[in-house]
Amino acid sequence: MIEIKNLHKSYPIGKDKLHVLKGLNLHIKEGEFVSIMGSSGSGKSTLLNIVGLLDVHDEGEFYLNKQLIEKLDEKKAAILRNKFLGFIFQSFNLITYKTALENVALPLYYKGIGRKERQKIALEYLDKVGLKDRANHIPSELSGGEKQRVAVARALVTEPKVILADEPTGALDSVTSKSVMDLLKKINREGMTVFVITHEEDIAAETDRIVRLKDGIIMSDEKVKKKVEA
Amino acid sequence: MFDFDRWIEIFQTISKNKLRTVLSGFTIAFAILLFTLLFGIGNGLKHTFEKQFAGDSQNSIYVNSGSTTKPYKGLQSGRKIQFRNDDTKFMNEKFEDEIQFFSPNIQRNAQAIYKGEQNRYNIRGVYPDYQPLEEAVMQEGRFISALDIKRKAKVIAIGRLVEKDLFGNLSAMDKNINLDGLSYKVIGVFSDPGGDNDERYIYTPFSTMQSIYKENDEVDYFGLTFNPKLKVDDAIAFSNLLTKVLKEKHNVDPRDQAAIRVFNYAEGTKNVQQFMTVLNVIILFIGIGTLIAGIIGISNIMVYIVKERTKELGIRKALGATPKSIIGMILMESIFITAVAGYSGLLIGVFTLRAIGDSLEEAYFIMNPSVETYVVTGATIILIIAGTIAGYIPAKRAASIKPIVALNDE
Repeated sequence: MIEIKNLHKSYPIGKDKLHVLKGLNLHIKEGEFVSIMGSSGSGKSTLLNIVGLLDVHDEGEFYLNKQLIEKLDEKKAAILRNKFLGFIFQSFNLITYKTALENVALPLYYKGIGRKERQKIALEYLDKVGLKDRANHIPSELSGGEKQRVAVARALVTEPKVILADEPTGALDSVTSKSVMDLLKKINREGMTVFVITHEEDIAAETDRIVRLKDGIIMSDEKVKKKVEA
Repeated sequence: MFDFDRWIEIFQTISKNKLRTVLSGFTIAFAILLFTLLFGIGNGLKHTFEKQFAGDSQNSIYVNSGSTTKPYKGLQSGRKIQFRNDDTKFMNEKFEDEIQFFSPNIQRNAQAIYKGEQNRYNIRGVYPDYQPLEEAVMQEGRFISALDIKRKAKVIAIGRLVEKDLFGNLSAMDKNINLDGLSYKVIGVFSDPGGDNDERYIYTPFSTMQSIYKENDEVDYFGLTFNPKLKVDDAIAFSNLLTKVLKEKHNVDPRDQAAIRVFNYAEGTKNVQQFMTVLNVIILFIGIGTLIAGIIGISNIMVYIVKERTKELGIRKALGATPKSIIGMILMESIFITAVAGYSGLLIGVFTLRAIGDSLEEAYFIMNPSVETYVVTGATIILIIAGTIAGYIPAKRAASIKPIVALNDE
């Protein structure tokens, strides 16, 4: 699903360059639940931005759904994002003046789906994250956990290939964190590829595979030993 | 262009962001309102000056006589100058090319009676040419004709208000009115743009008037219009020449200002024209200034709006909005707000002008303040275009920002 070969990325800082990603190789197959661990500055957010087509890489190859990503203009990137990717952000990034339902329906608008159809689908997904009764509330009327669940519904609504979650529990307490992670697990069990970035060990432990990044290099890449569920 | 879904999206953004909408709408509405008011009041001033000099033909010249104030060629001062029929002939022949319409005139105040209704009116004996001179418009019947002059017919053309005074709502046509004891037949009723006074005159053939009130060949004064092909300066030169030759003919000192007085509307016209030019420039200047202020206002607001929405635009891009759809959304919003606000400003302005129009006319020197539709519409369109351009530049920049940068914008 996601294949990365010798990926480099650097940012210009004044005259110098900050080399953030120094030749990453990563292969994520369909249906995997992967977390990228690393402290701040390890390059994990940069990696997510490149995978999410929010930023471009300098060197190396990147295949998304077997499609080589290169020389993307904004329009193509937007269409690919809409088609293949669903985003979940630490700060939720809901549009403040739209209701939960409208937020969830927005990606469908950019997909060109009619209004009634949009609302129907959006409501289904809100139901899926357990927020059907909050459909007509605006984000400021929702709790942090609820906001993130709306964001999850929004990420899922276009039936993407990959869900990209950037510190999805970073702004949540441990109880709501768990409920959001349970939701992601449930989605993964239904066959969705989920790609989580976090710096919290216990969040990473919830996933199936942990990739540890340090200073732009992959330190380790291992399967999580599943605890026997009681 | 017309995409129902997109409009719903835009209406939602507009209605959910009231402060922003009101702020930008207010700037536009206020600019157009000011524009309309200033332009309207400026036009009102213009109308006042136009009106002051309306009522008579703008190329009229009136020639009056008085008494000499200076001795000349052995003649004493204080001598009364009297125009006569030979002056009519003399002027007509000498200035054939320069004169367009010409009429000698005798004027008296007379008692008019019709079936018990009576009133005093000024009655004027004139030539047929006096009608265009006075810019009288026949409502019914006809004016004095050449044949009436020849026959010394006892016929009259009366002003609209004379008919109203004496006949009420009935028609005066073909009725006989008694003027100072003699009966005259009404052959026409006229209206006059000069207003009430000019509509209370009674016109009769010059020859009839002369034979009844003068019993000789005396003329009270002359009214004429100069050839409209003459430029203002040429017209003034003509009336100066006319004054000079008449003074020579009647042995009047060239420096004597009282004996023969020629009043040329062209002189007033010249001043008014200059004043109007200045006024027009001022109005134009004010208009352009207001528009520029409006353009700057809307530009600032558009920059602010796009800045404020950077994060939202980033979210939209992450969810699959293309740069084109982002620019389109911002522009359509801005065009919609400017158009609606501009139109309301225009309406408020026009209605305000109507509402205060009358009181301005009474208290100040401003008459019928109004604005031509194409002027305000043009101003609104200019503002819409300016708003579009002003919105396009930051929208394009926002659309080209990497979504990740926009998302991090706080």
